[in-house]
Amino acid sequence: MAEKVLMKGNEAIAEAAIMAGCRHYFGYPITPQTEVAAYMAKRMPKIGGTFLQAESEIAAINMVYGVASAGLRSMTSSSSPGISLKGEGLSYMAGADLPCLVVNVQRGGPGLGGIQPSQSDYFQATRGGGHGDYHMIVLAPASVQEMAELTVKGFELADKYRMTSMILADGTMGQMMEPVSLDFDIAPPPEKPWATTGTGMKRKHNIINSLYLKPEELERGNFERYKKYAEIEKNEARAEEYLTEDAEIIIAAFGIAARVSKNAIDAARKEGIKVGMIRPITLWPFPKEVFKKTTSTAKRYISVELSMGQMIEDVQIATEFKAPVDLCNRVGGMIPDPDMVLEAIKKAAKEVK
Amino acid sequence: MTVELLFSGFGGQGILFAGKFMAYKGLIDDKNVSWLPSYGPEMRGGTASCSVIISDGNVGSPIVSAPDILIAMNLPSLDKYEGSVKKGGKIFVDSTLVERKINRDDVEAYYIPATQLASENNMPTLANMIIVGKVLSVIGSFGGESVLKALSKVISAKHADMLEINKRAMEIGAAL
Repeated sequence: MAEKVLMKGNEAIAEAAIMAGCRHYFGYPITPQTEVAAYMAKRMPKIGGTFLQAESEIAAINMVYGVASAGLRSMTSSSSPGISLKGEGLSYMAGADLPCLVVNVQRGGPGLGGIQPSQSDYFQATRGGGHGDYHMIVLAPASVQEMAELTVKGFELADKYRMTSMILADGTMGQMMEPVSLDFDIAPPPEKPWATTGTGMKRKHNIINSLYLKPEELERGNFERYKKYAEIEKNEARAEEYLTEDAEIIIAAFGIAARVSKNAIDAARKEGIKVGMIRPITLWPFPKEVFKKTTSTAKRYISVELSMGQMIEDVQIATEFKAPVDLCNRVGGMIPDPDMVLEAIKKAAKEVK
Repeated sequence: MTVELLFSGFGGQGILFAGKFMAYKGLIDDKNVSWLPSYGPEMRGGTASCSVIISDGNVGSPIVSAPDILIAMNLPSLDKYEGSVKKGGKIFVDSTLVERKINRDDVEAYYIPATQLASENNMPTLANMIIVGKVLSVIGSFGGESVLKALSKVISAKHADMLEINKRAMEIGAAL
């Protein structure tokens, strides 16, 4: 196993992307994800790759569109307001069925908001982000190690399904350092016979496009895409379960909220409260089955989020409204501390008695 | 066992560096560690802090809100974080820059004239590591090769000539 090194989450994403074969990075600086770009700026020229600081976020995502059209692994990264700017490009990539990786190291909103950590782009990410019917695969790392691993996974899934993967992280995940082992088995990218790499006078032109003026054709494309989405929902949903087996109360939390919740769960267990956690690793597809399975034993759920309550809706749907779901949250760049989550657990424990 | 440390002071005092050294030392000692810097407006306004957790178990939240050990290298930091230290915890103060004593009697205080010692020993930028040396000796973790190893991790090869003086700074602190 490779030696563990201390890395910032943002740097781990950048290094993992390079390991996964990404040689084209386009971005525009914004706190708290700037280290991704800074790392790429240092490394890409040394390995024959391209680092380009675009004139805007919109330009950057469209450069990714270009590279993806040519069948190569490409990525961009930003933070919340910058991701909104990329919304148009994300929708075009979906319409043209192009694979790429987009990283959102979230900060508080709405508007320019602040620069401190947040999870309030959950709806934007899991519902597509731009206009039209589409999804992105959304991955939610909860450690620096996962920042790296899910970056690799994100590229693999993007290529497998010809669509965008998004890493939905937050300011703490981007800025914190933890030991990380960059020791991955990385399969070479699959063939991309659809890519616009020149016909060599041997085949018909490949066309990458998201404009379909005939409604029948456009409808067909949407239906096809949603068949693919159904496959992904069946095959790719992932979650970590923590002490759920006998849990009467189950916390739903991802990313930094899951880290904080773990402390609270350990403290509550010491007081004899049967509480556990489901930590979605994929936010889309949402690990519905994992939640559904717990409805026979769990009597109450708590969604711990750095938002006004967004994932809570998916928890309610996944648990089929069989049990109440409380919300425990801070917003605007504030982070719930373990004591606050512990209080929420104790309150829930009184309810389930 | 888990030790939670909070390093705090002005930007430029090497707060983040000291924290990073501590995290690397933990990693080399085969512990689980996390390091989380302040990156917000307070950093741009001059004060900096970072949370470091060193644990035999898994590190949950990387945010240190109730430290076992507080390193306060200026008065605003002591004012802000003194109350948050756990009962029975330890506070290390740079007494060159902070004139007051701590207000609590349920924690241990260590007053180290680190900035003065650094300038007397011709290492004006290393008050941080003098304090780190003291912290390590108090918690019984000074010495051994992990100190040097960790230093060589946080000091880039380009600045390898700084290794020795950083080590000396820590020895000065540890000897207090």
